[in-house]
Amino acid sequence: MTEGQLAAGRTNARLRAASVSAGYAATPILSDVSLSVPDGQLTALIGPNGSGKSTLLKTMARILAPERGSVLLDGKAIHQSRTKDVARSLGLLPQGPVPPEGLTVRELVAQGRFPHQGLLQQWTAEDAAAVGQALATAGVADFADRAVDSLSGGQRQRCWIAMVLAQQTPILLLDEPTTFLDLKVQVDLMEMLADLAHTGGRTLVVVLHDLSLAASYADTLVMLRDGRIVCAGAPHEVFTAERLKAVFDLDARVSWDAETGLPVCLPLAPQAQRRRRTRAA
Amino acid sequence: MALLLMALAGAICLLFALHIAVGAKPLPLGTVIEALLARDPKAFDHSIIWDLRLPRALIAITVGAALAVSGALMQGVTRNPLADPGLLGLMAGASFAVVMTSLVFGPAMTNWAPWIAALGAFVTALAVYAVAHWTPGGPTPLTLTLTGAVISAFLAALVSIVHLLNEDSFDNLRVWLSGSLSGRSLETLGVTAPPIIVALLLGLALAPRVTALAMGDEVAKGLGIKTGPLKLQLLVVVVVLTSSAVALAGPLGFVGLVIPHVARLLVGSDYRWIVPFSALIGAAFLLGTDTLARIAIPPREISTGIITAMVGAPVFIQLVRMRAR
Repeated sequence: MTEGQLAAGRTNARLRAASVSAGYAATPILSDVSLSVPDGQLTALIGPNGSGKSTLLKTMARILAPERGSVLLDGKAIHQSRTKDVARSLGLLPQGPVPPEGLTVRELVAQGRFPHQGLLQQWTAEDAAAVGQALATAGVADFADRAVDSLSGGQRQRCWIAMVLAQQTPILLLDEPTTFLDLKVQVDLMEMLADLAHTGGRTLVVVLHDLSLAASYADTLVMLRDGRIVCAGAPHEVFTAERLKAVFDLDARVSWDAETGLPVCLPLAPQAQRRRRTRAA
Repeated sequence: MALLLMALAGAICLLFALHIAVGAKPLPLGTVIEALLARDPKAFDHSIIWDLRLPRALIAITVGAALAVSGALMQGVTRNPLADPGLLGLMAGASFAVVMTSLVFGPAMTNWAPWIAALGAFVTALAVYAVAHWTPGGPTPLTLTLTGAVISAFLAALVSIVHLLNEDSFDNLRVWLSGSLSGRSLETLGVTAPPIIVALLLGLALAPRVTALAMGDEVAKGLGIKTGPLKLQLLVVVVVLTSSAVALAGPLGFVGLVIPHVARLLVGSDYRWIVPFSALIGAAFLLGTDTLARIAIPPREISTGIITAMVGAPVFIQLVRMRAR
């Protein structure tokens, strides 16, 4: 897929942002952003702090209303749709959620069934099966009866992902799911998310901070700066040193590892280079 | 869970019978059960039970359940474990209204205290909401809590001033102000029971959503919950439950703060269970403490509000210790 196609907006995509401008009160953040999210793929939103990636995600998740433009889910304006209906198609994991003290993993994950339950809150066999499956997929079944707040950061994040999985939505939006986790845990989580898209056929939109990780796992990279999409496309097309300079103002070298075919973003850290050179001499 | 439920139901039945049996004239449990099942209009003991003791036992159940559920919902909606039904200024508003009307119209107003209290609580809730509405950001749980605390402190100060200036005339109010179940008739219960029952049912129906709300607004919205309307509905439930409870028992503290935590210790952190169990535990607890209040120092009676805190605090500490082990 080329940038042109993304920018023009493929109208058959299930989730689309059409000329969206959004922000908080008096501070506009997004201006005239259009994005068609490729179905069944992992799309990563990257950009410097304050570039509007979280704002875009929140607007697409209908928890922030756009000032102009609209977000379309299956062709319908998402902010005008019944929010519980939307929750059966689209799941959201916000940034840094805090679990209520003492809530067990199973109880947390069970909350994901809310959009599938009626007013009388009947817990069905289907709900139980969905929770069981979500616990297994996210790899948290072994400690399902422990309190979420007693777990490590990585395990906790898996619990939240399990909660969104229990929602059984074809589309998942995740805001910085790997932030504050150590590298191994980040990789494990990204493996799981990529598997959800590529094996599970789900559509994922993920805000990420680690550029190499984003370029490695994403099918489509969307780069934002100052509330606009600078470029969007497959990593080998858009993940270049020039683009990183333009988007992040970062001097870096981008190379593709010959053996694995994976991208590496190496920041050209001047201080560090100087020290290495003097030591070598 | 089912076992716990049955145990609690059994405890309530037992405490209910006990509450009725003890008192200035102790009655055998057999007489109590006989009177409740088949009233003999000519039997004097049956009249004591139906006219004096039954109303008070029913009030203890109603007030205990209402305050405990009210507190549980407040803690969930504000995500604050120290929240209680008085947080929105309801208790202070009730006290203020009763004290002021007594000051202006004299002790003759005592009979009207329940309705004045409920009205005071309700008006204060509206005032708190209005003030929070004018703050930047509108009536969020934070602004409501802060406004409630400020208005509570202000009203409490005014009540203290009146107290200091009129020591004698407030003797009769002193008991009421610490929370008491004495001297309430079946009529008061008859009027307050319907709103309490409706609010309790609504609270139970909304309880599962409170857990989602306790996970944060964004998570709740992502699950398809309209957080704004939900919070408003929950606050209305809290105001109705608390105003009605204040009408029956005065500004009774402790129950609304601590009983939800007792429920949490027993059933975990899901409001789906915390709310119904709070109702049952609150009812049982107030039945028990009110029984003590009536018999602790015969022939006098200690105010129920004082006993709830005196008995409740050590019990609660012991529960926390057992849980920690």
